[in-house]
Amino acid sequence: MGKLKLIIDGIIKNNPTFVLILGMCPTLGTTTSALNGMGMGLATLFVLVLSNMTISAIAKLIPEQVRIPSYIVVIAAFVTIVQLLLQAYLPSLYETLGIFIPLIVVNCIVLGRAEAYANKNSVIDSACDGIGVGLGFTIALTILGFVRELLGSGSIFGWKFIQGDGILAFILAPGAFIVLAYLIVLFRTVTAKKA
Amino acid sequence: MAKESSFKNMVITLSVICFICSALLGVVYSVTKAPIEAAELAKINNAIKAVVPECNNNPSEEMMKVEGSVVYPAKMDGTIVGYAIKVNTSGFGGPIQIMVGFKADGTIYNTAVISHSETPGLGAKISDEIPTRTQIVGKNPAFSNLTVTKDGGEIDAITASTVTSRAFLKGVDTAHKVFVELQKQQ
Repeated sequence: MGKLKLIIDGIIKNNPTFVLILGMCPTLGTTTSALNGMGMGLATLFVLVLSNMTISAIAKLIPEQVRIPSYIVVIAAFVTIVQLLLQAYLPSLYETLGIFIPLIVVNCIVLGRAEAYANKNSVIDSACDGIGVGLGFTIALTILGFVRELLGSGSIFGWKFIQGDGILAFILAPGAFIVLAYLIVLFRTVTAKKA
Repeated sequence: MAKESSFKNMVITLSVICFICSALLGVVYSVTKAPIEAAELAKINNAIKAVVPECNNNPSEEMMKVEGSVVYPAKMDGTIVGYAIKVNTSGFGGPIQIMVGFKADGTIYNTAVISHSETPGLGAKISDEIPTRTQIVGKNPAFSNLTVTKDGGEIDAITASTVTSRAFLKGVDTAHKVFVELQKQQ
């Protein structure tokens, strides 16, 4: 299978947010603005690529019964690295994402790709899969954050074009569900036509 | 496909993985330790600078502990012009850390929110400049009732969230108590 197709599949056919509906906790929790969504997506992308590669490299050495704990330890190590790096070099992003960074450890997407893809495929294919799914997640979170920020705070990537507040509900939890639902419908309508 | 599981290889695999991961984390930790500390110090210093009148000492070097809160004195040519007092209070979404700056006469010079985890769009407005500051800046908690109107005070909600507003004002109150204690000590 072509590497490019693997990446594109991750973005469209296996899009974690719009198709697989995985990783909903950070999806709903961090997308109060486009930049937050993008930051969360990129942090997950980074962890996903590295954990996919590592797991596909070591999968054959791990006994069947302890594979899940082993994967979790690997993922947790990468997440902690991301956390420390963000804290050191991007403290403001680290603060806005807060608890959601350590929670990447239990993000179903990361463990899901490890179990469903990385442990059966080559390192390079797994890396491409990680890039694809990670980008799919990042794009989805950025769009979701973009729409919520636009309607909820009246700004685009932090640039405010109205005075005062927008429609506050969109910044709060209900807005996350509403926007996500409409985006899923839109995404599926568009992709269904193509297929 | 994965290997057969036996007690021995399970223990060995997990131990090796844990060992490698912790070694890796140790390396990253030691590399990022200095920048993390620098980033945190910069944040405290910015907060101090925002809440006290102009000074020419380095308040974070002269920090002291009073009543369990950290106090940063601001001095101009050796005379105290104000204090930045760091207090913890608990809001709707968890702890809130605020820095309250007093002038030497006890009036509030400014406040800054260092960290919080309030609801975005509601309580999170606590870190915005306008609603928090205009209402309490220039007031002296000794003569003003700095609580929300619902509690009989003279502050309209600081944010749309009453819980957050109360938490913030409680923090200011704690800071003022520390300030009074400081005055006594001198």
